[in-house]
Amino acid sequence: MSDVFIVGAGIHPFGRTPGRRGLQQGAFAVRAALAEAGLAWPDVQFAYGGSDAAGKADTMVSDLGLTGLQFINVSNGCATGGSAMFGAYTTIKSGEFDLGIAVGFDKHPRGAFDPKPADWGLPEWYGETGLMLTTQFFAMKIQRYMAAYGITPPTLAAVAEKAFANGALTEHAWRREPVDADMILQSTMVSDPLTKFMFCSPGEGAVALIFASGKRARELGLPMVRLRAAAVRSRPPGSFEVFSPALAIDRGPSPTEIASRAAYEMAGVGPADISVAQLQDTESGAEIMHMAENGFCADGEQERWLAEGRTRIGGALPVNTDGGCLACGEPVGASGLRQVYENYRQLTGQAGARQVPGSPRLGYSHVYGAPGVSGVAIVERA
Amino acid sequence: MLDAPQKDAPLIDDRLLVRDREGDVALLAGRDRMTGAIAFPLPDDEDRFETVTLPREGRLWSWTVQRFRPKSPPYAGPEAFEPYAVGYVALGEALIVEGRLTGAPIDRIAIDMPMTLVAQAFTRMDGEVRTTFAFAPTGIAA
Repeated sequence: MSDVFIVGAGIHPFGRTPGRRGLQQGAFAVRAALAEAGLAWPDVQFAYGGSDAAGKADTMVSDLGLTGLQFINVSNGCATGGSAMFGAYTTIKSGEFDLGIAVGFDKHPRGAFDPKPADWGLPEWYGETGLMLTTQFFAMKIQRYMAAYGITPPTLAAVAEKAFANGALTEHAWRREPVDADMILQSTMVSDPLTKFMFCSPGEGAVALIFASGKRARELGLPMVRLRAAAVRSRPPGSFEVFSPALAIDRGPSPTEIASRAAYEMAGVGPADISVAQLQDTESGAEIMHMAENGFCADGEQERWLAEGRTRIGGALPVNTDGGCLACGEPVGASGLRQVYENYRQLTGQAGARQVPGSPRLGYSHVYGAPGVSGVAIVERA
Repeated sequence: MLDAPQKDAPLIDDRLLVRDREGDVALLAGRDRMTGAIAFPLPDDEDRFETVTLPREGRLWSWTVQRFRPKSPPYAGPEAFEPYAVGYVALGEALIVEGRLTGAPIDRIAIDMPMTLVAQAFTRMDGEVRTTFAFAPTGIAA
């Protein structure tokens, strides 16, 4: 079994790019990654790629070149990018190939995500009477969490304030203006306790990562990180997921908790070893709950962590250093790979104005979404 | 939108609710004949699930307010929009069920408050009225 390294990364800026299709953004990210690494498309032996709503990834070969490579499309909801990376990881680890890419992209129109009850196996009344909204789910999950663990609205605002501050330092971010906590709290209430500025928006963007075996990586001599763990997990009994007309009385862990445990075990490290973390922040509350679900703090400690700025760049555990989904938007197929892209930049010392000080060694990334799927990756400075 | 109950309006879904002669409703669920686990909404599998009604009393597990008009489809309410509260209510030891909340001012809603299932009229955008369910603070007639 080979060690697995990420030896290059490319991104298409997140946000809105009228006139450029999602697939073109994907090819843009692949070209950017290859150009930076000094590699060419024919060097790529295999690819895993996907989008949630912007087309079939493998058709980008007609743009990039008909080299006959093995190209596998991935469609796994919010974990599409994470699953593409898992494919690349296991392919290199098995020794089947020694250089390949994972690419994720998407292009969602404004206010995307119009769920149909039948597509989710739900009766029509659930949608007709106004219960089928993702925003309600996020609000009710954090509402209960806040009541149980003493988290307050200013802490929700502090998460978003940090995201926009980090986004202002990030070339690929969509929202690049700082927003202060008061404005976040006073913005339109969407679904109590979450205001408009506490939610991310569906957007556009693409990311490509280049994976190589240890032998190939050493030959290339590029800035690189070792992929210590990649785990994707679906929901266990008793988890609380979107579009649930009912929940079991016996509550259970989340898919994030089991993916996180699996990744730590695979990597042989624990939460205290992590230098920088990218956590799913669909809205402010998600980042708060995911800090605990991924083992970084106990339930309720987030209140103090945020007040002390521990998750800011320069804090004890910087979280979402590129502004996360809140500042970058959420093109579903690209979002999980963006997190790994950011950790690659941070660990190779290429993060510019948002660089985490002190040569971070271990980067943690966590993507989560419908219908209850979570992907965690841990990378190490090589 | 939800109006004062019109006890004669047709049920929104015959597999969701039953109504007695007084106009009171109960939620239908399925009990797994093998495991005893309760499933809601009632699954369409009579071999596996026995039809049962859920307890009508419970405690509020979580809540929020829908502040903007949901998109149609799937939302079938009228264009005119009033924010409404939604929540999950833990019904006895059976299940935690999601529904609209009624009968409590938003600033009085609190987790753990006792709630009771009530019939609610739902006016569709075509003007047709259907009976659905909501949860009201126990002791408040909806």
